Amino acid sequence: MKKYIVPSIRLTLVLIVLLCVIYPVFIAFAAKFSTGKGDGEAIIVNGKTVGYALVGQNFSKPQYFWGRPSAVGYNANGSGGSNKAPTNPDYLKDVEKRIDTLLKYHPYLKRSEIPADMVTASGSGLDPDISPEAAKIQVKRVALYRKLDEQKVADLVNEHVEAPLFGFMGPAKVNVLKLNVALDELQKH
Amino acid sequence: MNTELTGIIVTFAITLIIAILLGKYMAKMYAGEKVWTDFLKPFEKFLFKLSGINPNEQMNWKQFLKAMLTINILWVIYGFFVLIYQDKLPLNPDGNPGMSADLSFNTIISFLANCNLQDYSGETGVTYFTQHFILMFLQFTSAATGMACAIAVFKAFRDKTTNSLGNFWEYFLKSITRILLPISIVIALILAFNGTPSSYAGKDKFISMQGDTVTLSRGPAAQMIAIKHIGTNGGGWFGANSAHPLENPNYLTNVVEIVSQFIIPVGMIIALGYFVRRKKLGWVIFGVMLIGTLSLMLPSIISEVGGNPEIAKMGITQATGSMEGKELRFGPAATAYWSTLTTVTSTGSVNGMLDSMMPLTGAWELLAMMINGFFGGDGVGFLNYFIYLMIAVFISGLMVGRTPEFMGHKVEAREVKIAAIITLLSPLLIKGGTALACYIVYAHPNADWAVKPSAWLGNPSYHGFTEMLYQFTTSNANNGSNLGGLSGNNIFWNVSTGIVIFLGRFLPIVGPVAIAGLLAQKKFIPESAGTLRTDTLTFGVMTFAVIVILNALSYFPALALGPLAEYFSMLKH
Repeated sequence: MKKYIVPSIRLTLVLIVLLCVIYPVFIAFAAKFSTGKGDGEAIIVNGKTVGYALVGQNFSKPQYFWGRPSAVGYNANGSGGSNKAPTNPDYLKDVEKRIDTLLKYHPYLKRSEIPADMVTASGSGLDPDISPEAAKIQVKRVALYRKLDEQKVADLVNEHVEAPLFGFMGPAKVNVLKLNVALDELQKH
Repeated sequence: MNTELTGIIVTFAITLIIAILLGKYMAKMYAGEKVWTDFLKPFEKFLFKLSGINPNEQMNWKQFLKAMLTINILWVIYGFFVLIYQDKLPLNPDGNPGMSADLSFNTIISFLANCNLQDYSGETGVTYFTQHFILMFLQFTSAATGMACAIAVFKAFRDKTTNSLGNFWEYFLKSITRILLPISIVIALILAFNGTPSSYAGKDKFISMQGDTVTLSRGPAAQMIAIKHIGTNGGGWFGANSAHPLENPNYLTNVVEIVSQFIIPVGMIIALGYFVRRKKLGWVIFGVMLIGTLSLMLPSIISEVGGNPEIAKMGITQATGSMEGKELRFGPAATAYWSTLTTVTSTGSVNGMLDSMMPLTGAWELLAMMINGFFGGDGVGFLNYFIYLMIAVFISGLMVGRTPEFMGHKVEAREVKIAAIITLLSPLLIKGGTALACYIVYAHPNADWAVKPSAWLGNPSYHGFTEMLYQFTTSNANNGSNLGGLSGNNIFWNVSTGIVIFLGRFLPIVGPVAIAGLLAQKKFIPESAGTLRTDTLTFGVMTFAVIVILNALSYFPALALGPLAEYFSMLKH
């Protein structure tokens, strides 16, 4: 084995330069030409960063559209899901509580109209999206708390529905942060 | 048909097309025939010169393994100490601490072995320096090690009788310069232009719309996420792996990531047929693996799309399926699809939390890792399958009363003994480890460790057992996905899974290379009417049966205690 020790050390050093310096620095440089310049795409309102387009944040006030439940409380310092098993009794109680909260704020809803994504925690705890159905059930509440025309809010939601990739791959979705930014904008006018 | 299903069907079709093209390219490239990437030759020559290596020196199987093991041991020593002292090194904008010795041991073995089980969390447990200089470095080199060893086995059967398995350094370096690095560059650029951070900027702080102060972890992630998939490594930049919206921003990147983790394992099998000049053999093996993969994948998709019956009882309509632990932009179908491919290969990255999946999905994931030979990891997938082939050759030889032969070489006691030991190793490590963990939880629940055994499990009852079984299965298979409810960062889990990962990596590499080396030295017997042919449909079915029977005998009781019991208890209410 002795014979291979020196070549191993030299090859390792050579590869460290290639794989850990040249490769990542090249990518970082190329990414300067992307939308977020490689730092992530920030959403800026009135000159201040209010969030990142891809990262979900906590919305619990009734005048905003809510995102999905999060196991990490939308703390983007870390990330993670609940890791609760589908049969875990404590978990099922949590889901029941979420349903109750939703029904309290949306008394006009039937249980069968509640989309599953609104009562289950996402994998990352930072899911930026909800389903179009989940946005639609919140329209009436948001319009009420903001004293806005319900139809106008509904139109805004429809504008923010992102279609599946190429129209036939994956689910349709609504980015909650972008929708809420547009909502504040709508109220100003 | 709904868009979630068409999404995965199209993804699968893209995967197969790319894999077949890549496989043909790999066969030519490794064989030294003319390929379009030959413009890199002078560059490779230069790297070899810097390293003082002669890539034309032919190695026998012992020399080949010695070279492979020497450089791997060197990486362990390098990584172990750097991880412990990472807090004192540069590129640590978030001020993360050094690792404890047991965590460093587990992490370095895990990345060396292409496993990427992570007992730390990417945002807080490592620095930009160690993410790149240790973890990402090993993601390249561990994949290339596996590929080089698979090619050595191919080489043994390309020539009629030979002592030479080729040159380890040549296969190893070419795997990086001709396959892993170029594809990584393409994937990293796609990710970066879809929103994955790739700069060296540290955390950002901002006030959210509701007025909360939020800290967002970032970093040069796109570079690592690319190789983590193409190298079937799976260890992600962020704790939530590819479920994290920065690690996997949209459905397009999801397609790119899931396609890239499957093309080398599939391509390797295609390459086999072309490389050893027995295309039919390659296609038969491909067929067996494809059927194996589909029979694990379809039930998983069905069970996830069906939703959680316990939530259905509350009156909630789960239009697209079970959503706990899943990201909306992927949906249950693509998440179930991913969970199968990530467990049949040794990738182990996730785009949704496996712990929250339906019991039967969990059973299929476990089974995929227990078998560990349907395409499998880069290079090592074929090596595992090769052991099944030896067992199948031996058993069918006995059944028809002929001397077992493979590719014109007699398979004798020594080779079969090695194959049998490797086969028995997996159940011993998985079930032995799980039994030990169960004993500690039961007998020493309050042992004075960083996490008391009574607090290890994230879920009660059968599912808690599944969490422990899963941890040892993923370690032995060098997969690296885990059920996140289990608290893995304490001395018991760090050390025990570290040992299992090491044995589960190197014995199944050394065994097949040794067998191939021994067989290749034997006299070549031309095919005759008396030969048991291994490139026929019959032999494909035979191998499939051997795989099913071996694994059913080894693991059915363990699966019955965990996911199956959970499934039936769900039906009961």
